[in-house]
Order: sequence, then structure tokens, then C-alpha cells
Amino acid sequence: MFSAERIQAMIEANVPGAQAIVLDPASDGVHFQAEVAAPAFVGISRVQQHQLVYSALGDHMREDIHALQLKTYTPDRWPHAS
Amino acid sequence: MEAPTKQRIEEMVTGSKVFLFMKGSPDFPQCGFSMRAVSIVRALGTDFGSFDVLSDSEIRQGIKEYANWPTIPQLYIDGKFVGGSDIVMEMWEGGELEQMVAAK
Repeated sequence: MFSAERIQAMIEANVPGAQAIVLDPASDGVHFQAEVAAPAFVGISRVQQHQLVYSALGDHMREDIHALQLKTYTPDRWPHAS
Repeated sequence: MEAPTKQRIEEMVTGSKVFLFMKGSPDFPQCGFSMRAVSIVRALGTDFGSFDVLSDSEIRQGIKEYANWPTIPQLYIDGKFVGGSDIVMEMWEGGELEQMVAAK
């Protein structure tokens, strides 16, 4: 079992300047949804943006996290700005 | 990854303009994300190749390394990795996939 809070903390700790919103919509601890914005996403492809998030999660992505629906944004497109 | 595995992957992704690694077959996807990807690829209306990674653990592990991408499905166009199910969905909604398939 994993938690949305842990995923959020790992993304925000390992992708510089990242803001993440992570949900566990079925409350099953294996199928997560994440939205992430980071300055590091500017000027790189969507594949590279997702690769940055995956590498922030390291081996957990292969082992504990069964599914992570992911949407990435550059900071200027982030729809959740306060 | 063993060299023969890499060679098999290269042959697959270059053998069709559009190629999808998925769980299950196009008619019987074994995972919701693979189902979503294959329905988008079908909606493109083009011929495509596919491979069921559940049938071959070397390919299943090999493509994760090949694309530096930890999950299945994986879509390739013109031999290049395009994305997993979320990116494929975004590119479909934005019309980018159709453009890529139409491009020579």
C-alpha cells in the first residue's frame, strides 16, 4: 500500500520547485491520479516531463504503485494556482 | 536488456508506422489503460501493429528500459516512443496524433 500524501511528498521533494496534487480516488492505495506543475517542465517534451515525475518516484513506480494517471503543466498553465 | 530483446523491440516498432505495446490483445485488452490506448489508435483509422506484453516477460521488462518509461501501454509512431495512456489521450484530444499519423 502506498498513499497519495507520500507520492505528493516524493514528487515535491525530488522535482525542483514542483507543486503536486495527488488523489487516490478509489481509496485503494494502488490507483492514483496526479497533477504536477514545475519550472523544470518548461521547454521539455511531455514525455520528458512525465519521465521526471517517474524518476522522482524511483523504484516505487515499478513496484508499489500499480497505476498513476499523470498530467503535467508548466507553472504558467497550472490550473490550481491560489 | 539482452541484445536480442532490444533487436526484437526495434523490429516491432519500426515494422509498422503505428505500434502499440499493451496488456492483452486489441480485441481483448486486459487493462483499462491499454483499452483506452487501443481505442484511440483504432479511432485514428490507420493500420497498426501491437504486442501483448503479458505473453512475454522479456519484452515486458525490455520496453520499460528501451523507452525509459515504467508503464504499459506504450505507443510508437515512426519507430519513436510517443507516450503512455495519459499522453496519448492528451495528444488525441489536441489533434496531434492525427497529424503525426498523417505525416509522411
